[in-house]
Amino acid sequence: MRFVDEYRDPVASRRVLARIVALAGTERHYKFMEVCGGHTHTIYRHGIEHVLPRNVELVHGPGCPVCVIPMGRIDDAIAVAETPGVIFTSFGDMMRVPGGRGTLLEAKARGSDVRFVYSPLDALKIAVDNPDREVVFFAVGFETTAPSTAVTLLKARADRVMNFSVFSNHVTIVPPVKAILESPDLRLDGFLGPGHVSTVVGNHPYRFVAQEYGLPLVTAGFEPLDILQAIEMLLTQISEGRCEIENQYTRIVRDEGNPRALQFLAEVFELRPHFEWRGLGFIAQSALKLRDEFAPWDAELRFAVPGVRVADPKACQCGEVLKGVIKPWECKVFGTACTPETPIGTCMVSSEGACAAYYNFGRLHREAAVSLGRASA
Amino acid sequence: MCLGIPGQLVELSADNDQLARVDVAGVRRMINIGLLEDEELAPGDWVLIHVGFAMSKIDEEEAAVALASLKLMGSGLEDEMEMLRGTIR
Ligand code: SF4
Repeated sequence: MRFVDEYRDPVASRRVLARIVALAGTERHYKFMEVCGGHTHTIYRHGIEHVLPRNVELVHGPGCPVCVIPMGRIDDAIAVAETPGVIFTSFGDMMRVPGGRGTLLEAKARGSDVRFVYSPLDALKIAVDNPDREVVFFAVGFETTAPSTAVTLLKARADRVMNFSVFSNHVTIVPPVKAILESPDLRLDGFLGPGHVSTVVGNHPYRFVAQEYGLPLVTAGFEPLDILQAIEMLLTQISEGRCEIENQYTRIVRDEGNPRALQFLAEVFELRPHFEWRGLGFIAQSALKLRDEFAPWDAELRFAVPGVRVADPKACQCGEVLKGVIKPWECKVFGTACTPETPIGTCMVSSEGACAAYYNFGRLHREAAVSLGRASA
Repeated sequence: MCLGIPGQLVELSADNDQLARVDVAGVRRMINIGLLEDEELAPGDWVLIHVGFAMSKIDEEEAAVALASLKLMGSGLEDEMEMLRGTIR
């Protein structure tokens, strides 16, 4: 495949790596955070950490929407799912995320009608097909998926589908980045900006990273060469004494994002005053709730949602992983009590979660590194 | 959920309901293209699909790259395809 080879071409990656090595020098340590779980996946899948010079470190951020949902919200979802007459619909990934009272999959085994759907539109269709049942959609995701939920709600309203509602857990990308910048735990030198979220929000929302925190951010694609180029761009900025918001992923991301998607979001959603993030605690104005006009379709208003805060299990260190403070394998239960088959924390559930990505691919490091053109000693 | 899967537009729905039929690695299904209304999509165009919605117009090259990425994601592609097949027409 000619196209793909371009992004995995050992000669090209070797060339970029050589520039990274030259730019990084040996004097200081660089720590860059990749915000997006998709990047984390590429980094482990292709052994990118392994080919970078030792003083260029990548830390994983909070950009996996499955990973950041707190236990209490899962319990809320299960409570709604257990309501008689309800058909509870969810993306497959969310079904295995443990809350304080187990997972949605276990609720299903106990007899609740929990179904996984590919799209919120599929959930709406189930509602149309089952007029005597209440159909609830468990909405999760950043601005990548939130516009889809918004369009679905607009359609539900237009078609007067009254037995459909949304349990919104949509989150926004900028507040957790800000929270991490404010956190004393971590000193960063720059960010790899998320790829697909940025197709919606564009690059402008990240300007505060440069303006208020003096750090560079480069929005990056998902191929190994994309990541390497973005790292090169970050190092170039630093070596030239610049800090700017740059875009490596111009193939897809436009600076202004997708205005239509943003307009749908604004029409349907408003910011919640507070939302709890797993491991990060409460972050102000970091999540989306339905506007008053959509109250008839708001599952939080239509069902008894316990809203109890549930502390993470003691052994779980997802919070530190999500903030980039520790690496997945440094968690005490990693790979022993916590595996993709029996996840304790959320980061082990989604294939974009840092722990799952490392569990599945960490061991491939060396092999993958060779294919990128620079076997490490 | 986050990575998206590339598909090629086969036909636009005649009902003006923002739906279009796409071909995703040989599987055909309807998706919503309302978020890309300003792109004036036409049959033959490639799009990146997230949860049943076209989120970005891409070129053939990017489509091949995205598909290859998904293939590498362990069960990523199979899971996506299974979901695609399982739902809506
Ligand atoms: S190994 Fe499990 S518990 Fe530990 S941080 Fe990862 S997902 Fe959380």
